[in-house]
Amino acid sequence: MTRGNGTGFGIGRRRLLAAAGGATLTGVLAACGSNTGRSGKGSGPALSQWYHQYGEPGTEAAVKRYAAAYDKARVTVQWRPGDYDRQTAAALLTDSGPDVFEADGPKLDQIKGGQVVDVTEQIESVKDDFNQAVLKPKIWQDKIWAVPQTIDTQFLFYRKSMLTAAGVRPPQSVDELVEAARTLTRHHRKDKVKGLFLGNDGGAAVLGGTPLFAAGLSLITEDGKVGFDDPAAARVLGKIRQLYADGSLLLGAPTDWSDPAAFIQGLTAVQWSGLWALPQVKKALGDDFGVLPFPKDGAGGRPTVPVGAYGSAVSARSKHQKEAKAFVKWLWVDGTDKQLDFALSYGFHIPARTSLAKKAKQLQEGPAAEAVRFATDHGYAEPLLWTTPSKNAYQDALNHIIKDGAYPETELKAVVRKVNSELQRAKKK
Amino acid sequence: MRRFRGPQNRNLWFWAFVGPFAIGLALFTYVPLAWSVYLSFFDAHNTVSPTDFVGLDNYASMLGDQAFLSSLGTFVLFTAFIVPATYVLSLALALMVNRLRFAQAFFRSVFFLPTACSYVVAALIWKLSIFNGVRFGLANTVLGWFGTDQTAWLATSDPPWYWLVIVTVRLWLQAGFYMILFLAGLQRISPRLYEAAAVDGARPGWQTLRHITLPQLRATSVAVVLLLVINAFQAFDEFYNLMSDARGYPPYARPPLVYLYYTALGQEQNLGLGSAGAVILALIIAVATVVQARWFGLGRKED
Repeated sequence: MTRGNGTGFGIGRRRLLAAAGGATLTGVLAACGSNTGRSGKGSGPALSQWYHQYGEPGTEAAVKRYAAAYDKARVTVQWRPGDYDRQTAAALLTDSGPDVFEADGPKLDQIKGGQVVDVTEQIESVKDDFNQAVLKPKIWQDKIWAVPQTIDTQFLFYRKSMLTAAGVRPPQSVDELVEAARTLTRHHRKDKVKGLFLGNDGGAAVLGGTPLFAAGLSLITEDGKVGFDDPAAARVLGKIRQLYADGSLLLGAPTDWSDPAAFIQGLTAVQWSGLWALPQVKKALGDDFGVLPFPKDGAGGRPTVPVGAYGSAVSARSKHQKEAKAFVKWLWVDGTDKQLDFALSYGFHIPARTSLAKKAKQLQEGPAAEAVRFATDHGYAEPLLWTTPSKNAYQDALNHIIKDGAYPETELKAVVRKVNSELQRAKKK
Repeated sequence: MRRFRGPQNRNLWFWAFVGPFAIGLALFTYVPLAWSVYLSFFDAHNTVSPTDFVGLDNYASMLGDQAFLSSLGTFVLFTAFIVPATYVLSLALALMVNRLRFAQAFFRSVFFLPTACSYVVAALIWKLSIFNGVRFGLANTVLGWFGTDQTAWLATSDPPWYWLVIVTVRLWLQAGFYMILFLAGLQRISPRLYEAAAVDGARPGWQTLRHITLPQLRATSVAVVLLLVINAFQAFDEFYNLMSDARGYPPYARPPLVYLYYTALGQEQNLGLGSAGAVILALIIAVATVVQARWFGLGRKED
């Protein structure tokens, strides 16, 4: 009997090590190979479709149902919690990413980097029926890079009884908003109610370009230039600072602006939140609330609400691009029943197609109908040329203006420089 | 062949055991590091295999980026404050506990226990229950008894109350751990030194602390300060849970690592610029560590 050399009786050390090593390697390789996320049951090629995790119960089951109903490919849905936008951005650099995915964009760099494919042909026949404000940022060099799914919008909720008690009417201009917030805070001081809630940071993050649009300006002009290199921009942002300096803003609430809890609990008389919060507010307050767009500022101003839509895009790394595009068309262009179901049966969104939004019963009366009107008449979406570095520079400036009392003129000048250099970069290729 | 294998196959066995780990280290640490340095010289938007060489442009633009510089400044300030504050607090706790004649184990455990709590949980308790900005927050309730108006602790940068929240949560969490290190150091000091000092007329208290205790704790102090500095630069959890929202961090409380993460791996996907920032940050930390090690005499023989 020999030991340790793999011959003779039993299994030697080396053979055992080799066998164990081989088994481990096989296991690892098998795990890598099987981690494709594709196990659909239909016929045709396998497609992987990614969604971010929606908060509303039932949405996941619904999108899986839509995927299962498609008979020309085996579509597997991946429901991805966590930082979805960053997950997809990273996955698009690899071969294990999705074939079809919803994107908060796609971003200009993703389009220019060839990460998504053109879906113009799929949407062409009905593109005029889509809400033009949300479709526009999906267009680059006359091609459409994603199909908008559903629209979300944000606006002001106000508590009618609190305004009446303080003798304040719903504000129609930014000046009136500043005055109303001040009066409401003063009137309800005993109950420690603040006039206005724009988020725990005083509005820097959520307002974004809204005050600029309210002053009649824009982020990027139609001809691709900076849209806020104008004294009106500094003027309106100075008024937002005034709200903070007056102590009229609710700050440090347990939940942020996207949750209507602060408004429902009576911590604030007016709150900036989203369409998704409407059913919750209605349930809690009945008819004791109204909705308003962000009011206009100055003679050239206009009421404003931001609108945005996740778009369904096809990855350029997909091995089945043709089939993936056909699936996107089937679901988000032709599948009107599914679009209505997705927008209104679980959460509360506006269907991206105007004809469907008009049909939806839930959106035809009361504050919901108002919100749809705001989105149609006053909606603006962030343009494709408003890149992440531009946005970050602008939001940092907004933070400095609102919280530190920095001069809006000086801060905006630095942002204009940054945006100009980003526009130059965008024009390069 | 025999030379290659070494006596009794030692070289072979060495590589059999070290090899897989060395390969792992090279593959998952050194190659990405080298690749990151390579990327820093390229325009690498949404790609890890770029073609546009831009030389030092990324470095210039990172060093000219106000947001990056201000986040670096924030962290230098944070480190400059939290390191001495934790040092003093944990040493004071250690001195107190060390003097206790009874219930020493109890107090040692009481001060050490917060170490077992996660930064995430502690930060959320601080944010949602103690320092929230509304009328039912603990701090605001207590201040309300004295007629003070409610304070938005985390949303106020003038005065910067958010620092109070960040610093107190970190002090609460980490002081106990360093207290244990100091306690171990204190218990190593021979009582004879104190007796000899007393015979020579040294007054107990500040004089003994300055001339006997602190010099005897030098080795422990060096280790504590080193750990504190590294921990301070790695601070992320409490900043993330206290300061960030769905749209990011306010510019006055954004850790540089987070800024680079957003630049390189976030929506911007600018891997060239992010890599340049990572190289700059690594160099700064390396230089700071070397300077501080020399300052405190790391590796110098005990007196």
